Amino acid sequence: MKRYLANHVANMPPSGIRKFFDLVATMKDVISLGVGEPDFVTPWTVRESGIFSLEQGQTMYTSNAGLFELREELAHHLNVTMGLSYDPLKEILITTGASEAVDLVMRAVLEPGNIVLVPDPSYVSYGPCATLAGANVRYVPTHAEENFRLRVKDLTQAYSPEVKLLVLSYPNNPTGAIMQREDLLPIAEFVKEHDLLVLADDIYSDLTYEGTHTSFASLPDMHDRTLFVSGFSKSYAMTGWRIGYVAGHPDLISGMTKIHQYTMLCAPITGQIAALEALRSASEAKDEMVAAYDRRRRLMVHGFRSMGLDCFEPLGAFYVFPDISKTKLSSEAFAEELLKEEKVAVVPGTAFGPSGEGFIRCSYAYSLEQLEEALQRIGRFVERRFSL
Amino acid sequence: MLTPEDRKLLKIIAKDCRYTPEELSLQTGLSAEYIKKRIKDWDKEKIIAGYQPVINWERTGEEKVSALIEVRVLPQRGYGFDKIAKRLQKFPEIKSLMLMSGGYDLALLIEGKTMQDVALFVAEKLAPLEHIQSTATHFVLRRYKQDGVELMGEEETLQRLVISP
Repeated sequence: MKRYLANHVANMPPSGIRKFFDLVATMKDVISLGVGEPDFVTPWTVRESGIFSLEQGQTMYTSNAGLFELREELAHHLNVTMGLSYDPLKEILITTGASEAVDLVMRAVLEPGNIVLVPDPSYVSYGPCATLAGANVRYVPTHAEENFRLRVKDLTQAYSPEVKLLVLSYPNNPTGAIMQREDLLPIAEFVKEHDLLVLADDIYSDLTYEGTHTSFASLPDMHDRTLFVSGFSKSYAMTGWRIGYVAGHPDLISGMTKIHQYTMLCAPITGQIAALEALRSASEAKDEMVAAYDRRRRLMVHGFRSMGLDCFEPLGAFYVFPDISKTKLSSEAFAEELLKEEKVAVVPGTAFGPSGEGFIRCSYAYSLEQLEEALQRIGRFVERRFSL
Repeated sequence: MLTPEDRKLLKIIAKDCRYTPEELSLQTGLSAEYIKKRIKDWDKEKIIAGYQPVINWERTGEEKVSALIEVRVLPQRGYGFDKIAKRLQKFPEIKSLMLMSGGYDLALLIEGKTMQDVALFVAEKLAPLEHIQSTATHFVLRRYKQDGVELMGEEETLQRLVISP
């Protein structure tokens, strides 16, 4: 039946992670560092509010844009934590996970012929979403020696007049890189000069381990040019609830709301109610999770460096991105052989773009005991490669 | 006042005191020397008052009985409740001792091998003490949570995907 598939879907390459997933699924007793979601369960107070809402029979649709109470609380939260100012009535749209928000941004603003600039390496969805919106993608390399921060020189090289949208996703998955205010300011200049829009995917913003996160939307003149995307999955360990949001200029939000109302109608109500509770009463639980990630992060960086590998210090998200090129293996070969020999699953850097070659992504959303065991196994593997 | 680093350190130890200073150093970025010194200070200042695991005795099958005892006390001039509390805290049978607001004054958590043990302790040692007006003993039937640790049921097993983007 393949001939029925639309060409642009048939030609879309499968996720680089998929092949690996299938391989891991056939093996037993694997320690996986391959998961991009928290290992914590959603804080109890949040779960409890979801349960209570079900008991009360709150099982209906909400308005397309989402519960007004949630949008209001969110506007307040964004203002207090990042100095952002959004009108909950017209400038915030609650989505089914941040993933839907990414898709909506792309579909609302892109047309055939447009080009989207995406930092490389980065999360796997941006490219395919742009393609589905009829646009083309151009990857902008980032480099380990620059701590994987996006630089204007690389943007300039990638730029052409067809470019309409720039994706910024910091703290970054897979590298763990962050962009601080002084790193973002020149990008803002570039955006202004070329009259671009920015999709700022700030989903990992709460997981910043040094200084505080600066949102691109908070920079001078960037409020209207930025579509601020985030969600509850990473901060509050709520991946399965599927609640995200996008905030931005009312003209753009109303365009996205049109697509959302025809394709999704609204985000799940139970998740929205739980998200409201998360904003109101789970900040302490969130801080505790962040503190736990930070401890693991230090352990991981030290672990890889002690093996003799280069590992830049990730200051955000929950990934380390060690350089495995000294083992003379490609990213994919490293991941495959590590899995076969030591039963540890990591994700090859190339799953996140060509600049990921020579690196592997290791998630530290696992217990300290699991991480220590995994580091030991990887250490043995690396030592054997070094002695070849 | 605790510094943010010290607060972080204490919070880790409060949950699990088995980490060595070297391990704590790896996790926090503080030097092992500094950590050793801080813990020593806290031991001395009784900020860290003890190092005890949370044991779920019910699972061991050992015979053990505990009771919560409400005690009304006549406060002593110049000392309030402190003098009697100081005396009570010496009894090894008393595991916790707290001054309460409300209908009674002191709350005691007592542990013994049998109900008889506990009853004897209350009747012979506690009740006859000077200044103690009355006691009310409530036996613990089952312990569900202790010191922040859930004792009931199996641990929640997370069914996460093995690999996800």
